[in-house]
Amino acid sequence: MSSISRDEVAHLARLARLELEPDELDHLAGQLDQIIGAVGQVSQVAADDIPPTSHALPITNVFRDDVRRPCLSSEAALSGAPEAEEGRFRVPQILGEEQ
Amino acid sequence: MTARDLSRHTAGELAAAVASGEVSAVEVTQAHLDRIGAVDGGVHAYLHVDADAALAAAADVDARRAAGAELGPLAGVPLALKDVITTSDMPTTAGSRILEGWRPPYDATIVQRLRDAGVIILGKTNMDEFAMGSSTENSAFGPTHNPWDLSRIPGGSGGGSAAALASFQAPLAIGTDTGGSIRQPAAVTGTVGVKPTYGGVSRYGLIACASSLDQAGPCARTVQDAALLHEVIAGHDALDSTSIDRPVPDVAGAARQGAEGDLSGLRVGVVSELGGEGYQAGVEARFHETVELLGKLGADVVEVSCPHFSYGLAAYYLILPSEVSSNLARFDAMRYGLRVGDDGTRSAEDVMNATRGTGFGAEAKRRIILGTYALSSGYYDAYYGQAQKVRTLISRDFAAAFEQVDVLVSPTTPTTAFPLGERVDDPLAMYKNDLCTIPSNLAGNASASFPCGLADEDGLPVGLHVMAPVMADERVYRVGAAVEQAYVTQWGGYLLDQAPEVEERQ
Repeated sequence: MSSISRDEVAHLARLARLELEPDELDHLAGQLDQIIGAVGQVSQVAADDIPPTSHALPITNVFRDDVRRPCLSSEAALSGAPEAEEGRFRVPQILGEEQ
Repeated sequence: MTARDLSRHTAGELAAAVASGEVSAVEVTQAHLDRIGAVDGGVHAYLHVDADAALAAAADVDARRAAGAELGPLAGVPLALKDVITTSDMPTTAGSRILEGWRPPYDATIVQRLRDAGVIILGKTNMDEFAMGSSTENSAFGPTHNPWDLSRIPGGSGGGSAAALASFQAPLAIGTDTGGSIRQPAAVTGTVGVKPTYGGVSRYGLIACASSLDQAGPCARTVQDAALLHEVIAGHDALDSTSIDRPVPDVAGAARQGAEGDLSGLRVGVVSELGGEGYQAGVEARFHETVELLGKLGADVVEVSCPHFSYGLAAYYLILPSEVSSNLARFDAMRYGLRVGDDGTRSAEDVMNATRGTGFGAEAKRRIILGTYALSSGYYDAYYGQAQKVRTLISRDFAAAFEQVDVLVSPTTPTTAFPLGERVDDPLAMYKNDLCTIPSNLAGNASASFPCGLADEDGLPVGLHVMAPVMADERVYRVGAAVEQAYVTQWGGYLLDQAPEVEERQ
């Protein structure tokens, strides 16, 4: 099994939208290497012909009658918003100047 | 009943006393609020206590009783709610800075059912951040302390709920169990914790850790109380697509039957792989005595091998972080929760990065990165894909075992409560606490932990772990009640009666 470098942790953190401090990167790289070494033992199990399980119990689509029912008011939905404006979530700019 | 008495009674006794008018629900609630005021400074089981709301709910139960309304079997009984379950009238943080102070706009189905049953919600209990941990040390708001020894962990992630029970700050609590977070805290605090069959209790309003593993369940000091609470919260919910649309197993009936002390005809399997190296001597001693006890109560005990259980921990720590990395993506600083760095010049993506970097603790970050890695292209098949196949093999081990026996047993966790701080930065050592409990989450079957004595070397509680097939939850209650009844007779009281008095500290 492969090991995991500090650069790779930094890349994963970018993918996960997670800002990490330099000391966090150092610390995590060492720990993740250990953890991945341990969990990598799943590869010792001969399971080529075994189907994967994504859910413990079989699941099927669930439908309900196509009728209107009450839902959250916009006030309730916005009640936890970091910032709201004119009945909407206010978010930081999505596009930079160059876009 | 004196005020001190009120916090010592079982939930069943309190409900009966409220129903008969011997005490009011307000008096019962006030006694527990007083107890919280006296001891929670040292225990830190609660993140939030809402005395006014609790007393108002209690007054409503008293008013309904006075008006002649028929009350449910737990009406007027106080409860401690794990802070991962949404409440419209109290903050819900999941132990995370990223949700500090958040007030959800809706109640979880569990909460609605508790309110409908007249159960009094005292407050929200401490937990490892997003239910990730085995000690509550991953809470952003400081750890909970084990009432048996305040320098030790109360288990996790539901350490707050278990410690509230063990320090008599509530007779009932709700926990959630993704890899052992109900059962391991129950074991190390000398309380009862049941993980129902996956889909047995609605997940609507339960903040997701790993959706294919998460299951809420009852925590209590006695088996019968856990069964009564199970019946209040369980059952089909159209708001949860994985909720099982079948009748709730008769768990209270099974607990009553078990308490008669006769397990004749019951086939019990001791899992060969869950013991030996790495297990504390005192844990193994109490476990083996309890297995002997099951035989004396009439059960047929055999040893059963579940060869793939040895890979359960590894598969779990790939599947869980994978689901976590996806589930925690919703904390994006846009719609609720923390937002940092929004200075008018930074982009949404920068704000998101900064917020998540500030708002998540070390363990959440570890698991997000691990899950992102396990799901990334080039590694997916070797890690997540292979872990899902091992999950199938573990389910097959259970299926084969349940052809031979009715229930499986093991210790709940390999050691008793360890000192706070001991494993906080050693993730692999911490993860091993879940060795015995994880297989049931992977397979979705019912399981539970029951007190079975104190380890000789440290005088701390040990748990008996009982596993039953999917939707055979009643079997764990039957076994648990039989063991409890036998030990109460032998010890002259519950295990918790042997716990030291918690120092009063505001």
